Amino acid sequence: MKFVLLLAAAASALVQAGEIPLAERRSGYEFMSRDTRAMQDDDTTSPALFSLMEGEALFKSNCQTCHADIKGVAARYPAVKQGKLVNLEQQINTCRTERQKAAPLAYESRELLALTTYVARQSRGLPIDIKLEDANRKYIDAGRATFNRRQGQLNLACAQCHDDNWGKQLAGTPIPQAHPTGYPLYRLEWQSVGSLQRRLRNCMIGVRSEPYAYGSQEFVELELYLMWRARGMKLETPAVRP
Amino acid sequence: MAPVVVTVPTQAKRGEVIEIKTLAAHVMENGFRRTQMGELIARDIITQVVCTYNGVEVFRAELHPAMAANPFVAFTTVATESGTLEFKWTGDNGYSASHSAAITVT
Repeated sequence: MKFVLLLAAAASALVQAGEIPLAERRSGYEFMSRDTRAMQDDDTTSPALFSLMEGEALFKSNCQTCHADIKGVAARYPAVKQGKLVNLEQQINTCRTERQKAAPLAYESRELLALTTYVARQSRGLPIDIKLEDANRKYIDAGRATFNRRQGQLNLACAQCHDDNWGKQLAGTPIPQAHPTGYPLYRLEWQSVGSLQRRLRNCMIGVRSEPYAYGSQEFVELELYLMWRARGMKLETPAVRP
Repeated sequence: MAPVVVTVPTQAKRGEVIEIKTLAAHVMENGFRRTQMGELIARDIITQVVCTYNGVEVFRAELHPAMAANPFVAFTTVATESGTLEFKWTGDNGYSASHSAAITVT
């Protein structure tokens, strides 16, 4: 009897610790209050509008000559380009330095966020299109390992909150499933638009661990894993989050 | 000119209540925060939003340090006659922004 109970406990622990089944995935949008949802739903009142407008102006004057149609592009990043894993921000900067011979934009700078927001906005409503392939397999595996690795003084892994305990409360706020469906997004706590990596740094500081540097390989791998984990979910850029 | 976004219906029936939504890009620095070195960051906020309808003031709001960045102000008025709605934002450090929108009342 005792043995059966132990087995049952072990089995339930296994089930709980697994990845979220595809059909049970929920965007962070569904964990928000009605007011915050309303901010995201109305394009004329979204505080991310200014970033979008600036991005549109920058894109039209610098990028549109080559990139006439960018629909769906953001749904395929991070991607392996010339043997290197890059996210959307890094690809924009590669384009600037290699083709335009311009200086790269600083990570998290207003211009880079604006451009990224505008580019990602063109894929709004499209499903995230990351496939597990030979080229990206090792990066997805590395990202998954980071996601499952306990770290920091609190000794917590991303998965312990976002896979195992989503939907519960953490100090009064609901724990979402950590799907990066709306980046760059306007976060009310930041009072500004920010990237996925800025959000990841927040979580890392939260578990008292030293955050990776902006644009580091670990972060991009983690971004890729999160995007793959959210494959098929619709992009909401620019989203609004509390 | 600082960017602002205003949503006003372009057409309305006489006597109809219309909703006007305004959004202004602004950091709304509240004046209570400090830098990592302990120095106070000076207050920098929008202090006033005024809307006039064909020269007549129909809405005025005073904003205070507790307002979030990029303040969103929505209000209603009655469509009386065709003309122009003028919006003006003023604030600290000489901040000023304006916008005008035409409305046709039938």
